[in-house]
Amino acid sequence: MSQPVFIAGMGIITSIGNNLQTNLQSLEMGQTGIGKMNWLSSIHRDELPVGEVKYSNEALALITGLSPKIPRTALLCGIAAQEALKDAGWNERLTARTGFISANTVGGMDKTEKFFNFFSKDPASGKLADVVFHECGAVTELIADYLNIRHFVSTVSTACSSSANAIFTGARMIREGLLDFALVGGADALTRFTLNGFNTLMILDKDLCKPFDENRRGLNLGEGAAYLLLSSENGLQQLQKSPYARISGWANANDAFHQTASSPGGTGSYLAMKGALETAAILPGDIDYINLHGTGTQNNDIAEGTAIQKVFEGDTYPKMSSTKAYTGHTLGASGAVEAVYSVLAIQHGIIFPNLRLQTPMKEFPFHPDTELRRNQTIRHVLSNSFGFGGNCSSLIFSAA
Amino acid sequence: MKIYIRSTGNISPQHSLDKTSFFLSRVKTTHNYFKSLEPDYDDFVDSKMIRRMSRVVKMGVAAAITCLRQAKMDCPGSILTATAYGCLEDSDAFLRKMIEFDEKMLSPTAFIQSTHNTVGAQIALLLKCHHYNNTIVHSSFSFENALTEASLLLKDSLGPVLVGAVDEITEDRHTILSRFGLYRKTAKNEGNIAGEGAAFFLLDNEPGDSPQAILRDVQTLHKPETPEAIQDAIREILQTNGLQIDQIDLVLTAHRNRKKLDEADDELLKTVFQNNHCYPYKSLCGDYPTATGFALWFAALLLKEQKPPQWMEGYRFPLKNILIHHHNGNDHHSFILISAC
Repeated sequence: MSQPVFIAGMGIITSIGNNLQTNLQSLEMGQTGIGKMNWLSSIHRDELPVGEVKYSNEALALITGLSPKIPRTALLCGIAAQEALKDAGWNERLTARTGFISANTVGGMDKTEKFFNFFSKDPASGKLADVVFHECGAVTELIADYLNIRHFVSTVSTACSSSANAIFTGARMIREGLLDFALVGGADALTRFTLNGFNTLMILDKDLCKPFDENRRGLNLGEGAAYLLLSSENGLQQLQKSPYARISGWANANDAFHQTASSPGGTGSYLAMKGALETAAILPGDIDYINLHGTGTQNNDIAEGTAIQKVFEGDTYPKMSSTKAYTGHTLGASGAVEAVYSVLAIQHGIIFPNLRLQTPMKEFPFHPDTELRRNQTIRHVLSNSFGFGGNCSSLIFSAA
Repeated sequence: MKIYIRSTGNISPQHSLDKTSFFLSRVKTTHNYFKSLEPDYDDFVDSKMIRRMSRVVKMGVAAAITCLRQAKMDCPGSILTATAYGCLEDSDAFLRKMIEFDEKMLSPTAFIQSTHNTVGAQIALLLKCHHYNNTIVHSSFSFENALTEASLLLKDSLGPVLVGAVDEITEDRHTILSRFGLYRKTAKNEGNIAGEGAAFFLLDNEPGDSPQAILRDVQTLHKPETPEAIQDAIREILQTNGLQIDQIDLVLTAHRNRKKLDEADDELLKTVFQNNHCYPYKSLCGDYPTATGFALWFAALLLKEQKPPQWMEGYRFPLKNILIHHHNGNDHHSFILISAC
C-alpha cells in the first residue's frame, strides 16, 4: 500500500503573526518579529533579542479557552493545531482515522523552572501541579485531549529537527494506510532553560541575526507552533477540499560527527537532502526553492551551504532563503513553521527574502534571495532542518 | 506483522547482561527504587567518551552495543530511541545551576547532553552510523510508538532497525514522584517500586543466524473509557492474529503490587485472562514509562530458551505466544504480542 500524502490544512503562530494570514502578510512585507524580550523573565532581557509571540499566557489562553496555567508550549500548540483543523474543515464526526504527531524539545520546562525555584532549595516545596506537564509527551496529550484526537498520539524530540521528523512520521503512516489524517508539526515556547543553554554555547547573536551573511554572528531564539493536517486521498474526499500541496519526499540522516556541531562537509545535511530527492523521485534541477535551515551561526551555514553545493553542483542553483531572520530559531517548532512557509510559497507563487543579508558568504557560488519575488512557478520546495545530536532531516513539498 | 527480533541487549535491575545468572537468581530490593546493575562500561566504550556521558546515555549505549555485537551488525539501517523522561540527570543539573547562579557563569556541558535525542545521537556517533535516527518521547507509549515506526521503516527496506527503550532514575525524579505518593514507604508495605533500564532490539524482516522471537503486533489504547474497552482491545489483537485466548501461554502483566494501582490489571485477571498464566514483570524492573522494553526482552528470552528461570515456578513450558500488557494509571494501555520462531 502506498498512497500520496496531501496537505489539507495549516495553522501557525510565531512572532510575526498568530495565524496563517498574518504570517503571510509579515513575510510579504519583510517584517521581522525579533526584538526585545517582553514576556520571558531573564537577566539577559536587555542583551539578547528573541522572536517572542506577542501575547501573554493569559491572552494566549483566551484564544482557545485552554487554561492559562498549562505550559506556554501547550498554549501555542493548541492555537496552531486548532487553526490547521479548522482550515481543513476537519471535525470529530469524520469517520476517518486521525492521528496527532507533535514535536517539542523541553515539554513543560517553563513550569518546571518555576517548581525548581522552590524545590532546589527545599525538596518538600514547589507546587506539584507545576511538574505534571514536564514530559514532552504531556504537552501533546493536553492538546490531543482538547482536540479529541485519540486514534494515534505521539511525540517526537530530536532537538531542532523535531517537527520535521514528526511531519514525516505522519506522512509515512498515511502512505502505508495506517491513518487517513495526521495532524503533524511542533511547538516550543521560549524558556530560561533553552535561552541560557544556547547562551553558554556562545552561538546567540546580540543583534538581529543575519543567516548566510559573511559577517553572521549567531542565531536568535524564537518561539511558536505550526501544524499541517496531512490527508490521504480518501480523507480529502471526506473533507471535500482541494489540497494546498503534496508532501512528496523526506529523509532523515545522522551527521555522526559531534553532539552539537555540524561536520565541516555537512555530511548529514547532504545525505538528508539527497535522500529526500530520492524518495520524491525528482532531480536536484526540479527544486524551485530551498527553505534553508539557515540559523545564522558560523557552523550551520557553512555546513549547510557546503552540502547544498555538493547536491546541486552542475545544476542551476535554485532560489533559496532562510526565514529565521523573521521568526528566530523556533527549535522544535522550526521544521513545521518552515514547512508551512514552504507550502505558502507553492500556494501563492512567492519566494520570501532572506532578511538582512548584506555580504553573501564568499565560499559559495550562490546566495539566498534578498528581494520578495512574486508570480513564480514553484513545483517543488526543499525544506531543511538540522539539529543537535547530528539529526538532519529534509522534506520536499510539491504542487498537488 | 511478522518481524524477527534478531538480537537484544538489556541493562536492568536484574542480571540481564548475563543469561546464566539471570536464570539462576532474581535480584530483589528493599528500597522503593530498583536501580540497574551497571556493567563495566570500558567493555563497551572508549574511557574518554564514558567520562562525558551521563548514566542514562551509558546504559543506552551499552545496551545498544550488546545488541549489535550479538547480531554482528556494525551500522543498522535505522536507530530509534524511546524515552519518556530523556536525559533527566543533565537537564536537572543545568536547571539547578541556572537557578543557583542566577543565569550567570554556566557551563554548556550539561545543556549539550540534556536534549532528548542524546542517547540515539551518541549511538550514531560511536558507530559512525549516518542512517535514519529518531527519538520518540511519548510517555508510556514511547516504546510502543517506536516499535510501530520500526515496522514502517522495515517496509521501506532500509535494513534492520535498532530500537530501544531508555529511562533513568535520578534523585530529583524519585523525590518528586514520591511526593505524588507513587511508591511504597517501607519494604514491608505493599506498594510500587520505581524502576529504570535500557533495552535494545535489532528488528528485521529476515531472521538472521539465530533469531530470538517474532514480534507479531503492537497496539496502543489512549484513555479507554470503560474496562470493557480494554478487554475489547485484547480480543481484537487476538482476532487480528488468528489466536484464541488459550493460545496465549503467558501474559506479562503491569501489576505494581498495590491494590489501588492494580484495579485494571485485577479486572483483566478476573475476565479475559482468567485461565492464563500471568507474571508481573514490574517486580523485576520496577515501574517506569518505558518498562515494556524490559518486558519485551524478558519475553524474547523465554521464547528463545524455552525454559523458566529457577525463580519462576509453576509455569508451563514450552511457550509459543506471549502477550505483554502495560498501562500507566489507566491513561495509556498498550499490548505487544510476541511469538516463538
